[in-house]
Amino acid sequence: MIRIENLSKSYGPAQVLRDVTLDLPKGGVTSLIGPNGAGKSTLLSLIARLIAPDSGRITVDGMDIARTPGAELARRLAILRQENHLVARLTVRELGGFGRFPHSAGRLTQADHAAIDRALDYLDLQALADRFIDQLSGGQRQRAFVAMVLAQDTDYLLLDEPLNNLDMKHGQAMMRLLSRAAHDLGKSVLVVLHDINFASCHSDRIVAMRDGRIFASGTPAEIVAPDPLRDLYDMEIAVREIDGQRIALFYG
Amino acid sequence: MPHERRARLALIGLALLAGGLILAFMTLGARGNWDFVLAFRGRKLLGLVLVAHAVACSTVLFQTVTANRILTPGIMGFDSLYLLCATLLFAAFGAAGMAGLDPRLDFALNVAVMIGASMALYLWLFGGEERSLHRLLLIGVVFGIFLRTLAEFVQRLLDPNEFMVLSDRLFASFSDIPPQLLGIASLLIGAVTLWLIPRLSRLDVIGLGRPVAINLGITWRTEVLAILAAVSVLVAVAAALVGQVLFLGLVAVSLAHLAVGQSAHRYVLPAASLVGIILLVGGQMLVERVFAFGTALGLIVEFVGGITFIALLVARGRR
Repeated sequence: MIRIENLSKSYGPAQVLRDVTLDLPKGGVTSLIGPNGAGKSTLLSLIARLIAPDSGRITVDGMDIARTPGAELARRLAILRQENHLVARLTVRELGGFGRFPHSAGRLTQADHAAIDRALDYLDLQALADRFIDQLSGGQRQRAFVAMVLAQDTDYLLLDEPLNNLDMKHGQAMMRLLSRAAHDLGKSVLVVLHDINFASCHSDRIVAMRDGRIFASGTPAEIVAPDPLRDLYDMEIAVREIDGQRIALFYG
Repeated sequence: MPHERRARLALIGLALLAGGLILAFMTLGARGNWDFVLAFRGRKLLGLVLVAHAVACSTVLFQTVTANRILTPGIMGFDSLYLLCATLLFAAFGAAGMAGLDPRLDFALNVAVMIGASMALYLWLFGGEERSLHRLLLIGVVFGIFLRTLAEFVQRLLDPNEFMVLSDRLFASFSDIPPQLLGIASLLIGAVTLWLIPRLSRLDVIGLGRPVAINLGITWRTEVLAILAAVSVLVAVAAALVGQVLFLGLVAVSLAHLAVGQSAHRYVLPAASLVGIILLVGGQMLVERVFAFGTALGLIVEFVGGITFIALLVARGRR
């Protein structure tokens, strides 16, 4: 379980997170939604120890992330941020290989190669395995990075807007993949999403944030409803049930 | 994998070329007593090789840590820090005090002060969260000028005679590498190189940038500071041997990347070092044999390097 206690973070005068307390239980897909500037990415970056909180504490399976060695955490928790600029010139397979670094410290074993292959298969990247990352399209690159964190084989998988740059087909494939990773492989997936319909159709749990606070959390049926969505996004959003899926209508 | 083979072939090619140049440097046009010629040229060669290796490695490490391909310690003006340290030490002890000092001790003191000062600088520049490359470049260039001017200011306060002694100590060139420093310089550079070898794969991870590296379990601050300390040692040693070289590192590393075609440190580091050796030893031969000492190696390196730097900036801008 990831436990977040009284977490606050400001950038200068702007307070981005205000006293956030949240438990993310093990297993399943949890989507983090909310308007721009709600603090979703900041929360993810704090869990990933990319930035330090002003106050508060985060524990992963009982280990305080501020005190646990980085290598130990890297075997339990993987995070992928929105933008990934690579200066290094690498192939897709080599990038996947870096996902094994927490386990192998750079010396890939047979088991590591098998894990890399599995991750590449999962993301349908075998055909591109020997291409350099800088020769790929934005969506392919995105998938290559997801393959890296998948090869890392951690219990927790945190993704910041993984659907960016992906077309509908790959967006759907990505969400199905995350769902499979959660339900077949027993991983706990926390994913920041902007499209609430993807969140509605693929998550077990939705956490909504607004103004640096947890606004609401619950099942998709509880959150994807006209009242909570109106208060969350400050706009009228109709919700229809189509083929058993709750779909929010906000395009018209 | 085909590109692994290409990198290995490139390394072998560079090693052969460097070896050939070294052989030519030692033997070409040699007349008279071989013992003297070999010892004399050997010292010169060792100096060039040390500088090439130190500058190339420090540049690779620096670019890995800052995740960019344009900034180098030279361009950021960090060797001006050496100038300032040496000047301040000299101003503090005076010519008489320094004359009594073993030059190696003086050198060690300089390097120690420089490591301390540059660590403070690095902590300030790179310790926190990410900054934009352009801002870093700007800060670096301005800071380099600031340090250099500060050093000149202190030099102006010195007694003219003392200033003469100091400028004699500070003015180093490729043709005139102080031989008494070669021992300690080899020791320091050798130690840093040995320290690097078991860390090559960690360097690859660090080169993926801060967020990815932290995700993969790198303790960013500690490890980056250790690498920057290594960079300080290399920069200080190179600066003490030959003075400021702005663009050598940039050229060596850019050509090395071109040659090996990928970014694994086990290929890039030796390749950069070999390219550096080829440039310096080959350039020195050019200066001695073709231009008959009519021009300085530093000048040629800076000329070629400056053009490469501009080409890189333009190419970057277009992408």
